[in-house]
Parts: sequence; structure tokens; C-alpha cells
Amino acid sequence: MSNNGKEIKSGGKTEALKRYWPLYLMFLPGAIYLFINNYIPMGGLIVAFKSYSAKKGIWGSAWCGLDNFKFLFSTPDAWVITRNTLLYNLAFILTTTVVGIIFAIFICDCISKRAQKIYQSAILFPYLMSSVVLGYIVYAFLSNSTGIVNNTLLSEPINWYATPNAWPFILVFVNLWKGVGYGCLIYISTINGIDTALYEAATLDGATKWQQIKNVTLPELKPTVITLTLMSIGRVFYSDFGLFYQVTRNSGMIYSTTNVIDTYVYRGLMEQNNVGMSAAAGFYQSICGFILVLLANQIVRKISSENALL
Amino acid sequence: MKKVDAYQIVTNIIMILWTIIIIAPFLLLFMSSITEENVLVANGYSFFPAKFSIASYAYIIRSGATILKSYAVSIGVTAVGTLVSVILSAMMAYPLSLRNLPGRRVLMFLVFFTMLFSGGIVPSYIMWSNTFHIKDTIFAQLLPNLLLSAWNVMMIRTYFSTSIPDALYEAAEIDGASQIRIFRIIALPLGKPILVTIGTFAGLGYWNDWTNGLYYISKNKDLYNVQNLLNQMVQNIQYLATSTSSNANAAAASLPATGIQMAIAFVAILPIMLIFPFFQKYYAKGIAVGAVKG
Repeated sequence: MSNNGKEIKSGGKTEALKRYWPLYLMFLPGAIYLFINNYIPMGGLIVAFKSYSAKKGIWGSAWCGLDNFKFLFSTPDAWVITRNTLLYNLAFILTTTVVGIIFAIFICDCISKRAQKIYQSAILFPYLMSSVVLGYIVYAFLSNSTGIVNNTLLSEPINWYATPNAWPFILVFVNLWKGVGYGCLIYISTINGIDTALYEAATLDGATKWQQIKNVTLPELKPTVITLTLMSIGRVFYSDFGLFYQVTRNSGMIYSTTNVIDTYVYRGLMEQNNVGMSAAAGFYQSICGFILVLLANQIVRKISSENALL
Repeated sequence: MKKVDAYQIVTNIIMILWTIIIIAPFLLLFMSSITEENVLVANGYSFFPAKFSIASYAYIIRSGATILKSYAVSIGVTAVGTLVSVILSAMMAYPLSLRNLPGRRVLMFLVFFTMLFSGGIVPSYIMWSNTFHIKDTIFAQLLPNLLLSAWNVMMIRTYFSTSIPDALYEAAEIDGASQIRIFRIIALPLGKPILVTIGTFAGLGYWNDWTNGLYYISKNKDLYNVQNLLNQMVQNIQYLATSTSSNANAAAASLPATGIQMAIAFVAILPIMLIFPFFQKYYAKGIAVGAVKG
């Protein structure tokens, strides 16, 4: 945590307390919300070690040790959802980072300010769509009978929502389409912050465009890229529930390549009423996620401390 | 000096292509919503429909009580949620921006820890439904997850402590202004850019949310927002596709025609399209600042 902040006058501790109690009061409503919405569920994670009964609640339900975990890890699901979650996230990180950097460089180099603005607006726009709408849009392309892909592009229609092998490509593309703008905007603001003298010097030395990118832009982008990537790596155990639920239309035929931890937990909890298994998977996700966030943050702190979270 | 060379031409062509790739799907959605239903069923979705019809939109306005109600829920929840969210976040961020506040580090950690660790949906779901009984109430759309984010609080705090000159606070203190007054007359007005940014984040979060409805609204469908309504139609279609039972008839009966679904989806993104030019600047800035500085 950085230490910048406004100085307020403080005498003794009690005097300060007397003077600044309204500040604590201001903090309180938000703190109560975080306590309820975030902290109570952390304690509620113990449900993973219980044989949950809705009547008895989390605290009243009987302990069952590691039974939920034994069940979870004895099914092939545990491996499938872990593999899918991690591989998708890695593919997402790779594609959005590479394409995001390329687009950012292209946009910043564009001569026309107006075109720059249009490109920036365009790449951001899909990011603001809800996953439900995203699902509709994808359906307009891939629907069996009415989809534009089957109707106009293919002679032999493909039942996309029952073809597991197609989904890694579809989801990576949809994620790129929706999400590339986020990183791209950050890269653009970093590139705009690069001292123009560096480019002028490079031009004087006769550097080609590619040499300028390689020797000035990319090195200057490096800290931002590393920070963003590590932050994403800290979240590889989590996925965009909407992407994997809405865009796939929750289609059972393609679970093998579209089931991730978040959709698995949802289905266990809401569709199959298997709270134990769901809770075990959720616990597994929370703990692995926590460890990775801490690790990623440690590394960011080593590289550039002002970008670290703590 | 930049000049129009091969590099400029190639990169602009690539960016124009990508812009088209982004716009085309929205265009397809819109064209589908104004295609005649029979043409839609026969030929599928198309950029160039054989026959136009505004029947879908007429239907929404004329007989769609459910649809209009869901818009009302979306608008109301977004307005209230955003307002409360911004106020709560600012109130939480202000004390954290004061360096000498006793216990500040502890308070900061309380907020910050929620960014690192999460209990996940299972305990949250059990708590909200069994302890607070928010199922099938309007609070289900407002309270879980969306009201306050530690990330937003941190962003406001950073803005308060770096972008508002110390001298202003000092002057106010010398004038004997109370802390709450300083917050009201200095921090809030000067923090307007960041508060608008956080407002766009929160507003978009509420407008686009469909998971709260998915988890917590099962019986009282009057509380569906637009996204929940769209989601329910998808579920009904999937149900029809996989089910042979007689319940399927009920699902089929409650299902609007394809064109109407696309029309609802289009109207769901319309508000975002309309205000996008105005909030884009704030939103984009928020992303750039938030991601790197936290």
C-alpha cells in the first residue's frame, strides 16, 4: 500500500479520535456492506467441509471432513474444469495481450486524430455489452437453422452448439472481440506517455518503423504488459461466467470443452442441487486463486513496486 | 514527421477491418429485429433481409407488459444502485485518503483484502437467501456484489489524495470547517471526474447484470430486468430443443418470436449506445488509471 495521502493535523491519539470520529462514521456503511457481502461468505467457505442441509444452515450442518473433496476429485469433472479454466485463461491472456499491443501501436501511429478516436471507441464498445446480449449476437451467427454461418457460408450446416471441438476457437475469438479493448486502452495510454524525444532520436539515427517499435515502444510498454499479465495470471482460476454460460447457451453437449470452475459451481448449486460438490469446487477455486494472487503480486512488487497491490 | 506511407495504409486497413468486425454483429442484431418473421424463419438472420417489418417493436410497445416492466426494473435498479454505490464509495474513500487518520492502515487492509480473497458464490448464495431472505425481492437486484467494489474505493481514494491540492484542505481546516463539511464542499466537487467514472462502472454493472436475477429471482418474475428476460428466453429455447415433455408447450407459448427476441436484445443495448459518446471518455480514463494505479 502506498503511503501518499492528505496530512490531517493530529494532536494526541484521543484528541484525534475526538476530532475525527465523523470520518469513521463515514467509513462505516461501506464497511458493513463489505462485512456482509465479502467477509461473511469467506467464513462460509467451511460449508465445503460439511454435509450441507438447507434446514440446518451452514453452522448447524454436520461436519463431513474431506468427503466433498473426495467426491469431487474422484470424478473426471475436477480435471476437466481445472484444465478448461486454466487453458482458456492462458489463451485469453495471450491473445488479448498480443493483439491489444498491436492495435495500440497501430492506433497511436495513426495520423488522423479522428480515425484514432473512432478506432478507440470501436474497440471499447463490445466490452460494455452484457454477456446475455453477447450470447444473442453469437447465436445470430451460429444458430442451427437461422444462423448466418450455416445459412450463407456453409453448404453443409454444422450444429455448433453440439460440436465441442469448435468451442475453444469460438470462445477465444469472442473473448478477443469483446475484451481486447480493455488492455488496448491501457497500452495506448502508456504509449502516449512515452517521451517523444526517444522517437525523434531514433528517427535521426535512421531507425525504421519496425526498429522504433522494437527498440522504443516495446521496451517502454514492458512494465505495463508485465503488470497486467501478472494480474491476469492471479485470476486464472476464475472465469467470466457469462462467457461460458451465455455464449454457449448452457448447452450440455459441449460441456467437455466449455465447462469451467464457475459454471460447474453454478450447475452444482442451482441445477443439480449438489451443494457439497459445488462448495468443494468453490473452496478449491478460492484457495488456489488466493495463492496465485499473492504470488503474482509478490512478483509485480519485485518488478515495479508502484504497481503492486500491496 | 508522420506521412502517409505503406505502414499507414496497412495499419489503417487492419483497424478499419476490425472496426467492421465489431460493428457488423450489432448491425446483424438490428437487421434481424426489423426482418419480417416469416422471412426470418425461412432464410435465417441476414444483413440484407428480403422483407422489412417493424412488427417486433410494435409488439414490445403494444402488448409487452412483461417487457416494459423489465425495462422499468432495469432503469430503476440502475439509477438507485449507481447513486448509492457512488455515495458509499466516496464516503469510504475519503477517510482512507487522509494520511494521519489513526487506524488508517487497518481500515485500508479491510477494504483491500476483499480484492485478494473471496468466499465464492456458494456461501454467498446461502447467506443472501437463507439469512437475509432477499430471494424474490427487489433487494436481490440491488445488493449482492454490485453495490460496492473495493477496486472503486481504492481508485477514488487515490484520486482524492493525489489530485486535490493540500492547501485547500488546510485552508478549510483553518476556517474551522468540520471533516464532513470539508468532504462535502471540497472533496466531492473536486472529485467529480473520478466519481463520474465510478458511476459509469457501477451503472454499467447494474444495467448488464443478469446473475443476481439468475440466482435470487425464481418465482416473482415481475422483478426480472431486461437481461433476465433475455436469459429466460434463451433457457426456454434450450428447454424446447432438449425436452419432449408436455411442459415444453408452456415454454413455447411464453416464448416471443425470434424477431421480437432480437428486438428486445437491441433495445437492451440501446441506452448504452445512446450515452456511450458521453461516458466513453470517463470510462476509458477509468480503465487506464485503475488498471495501473489501483
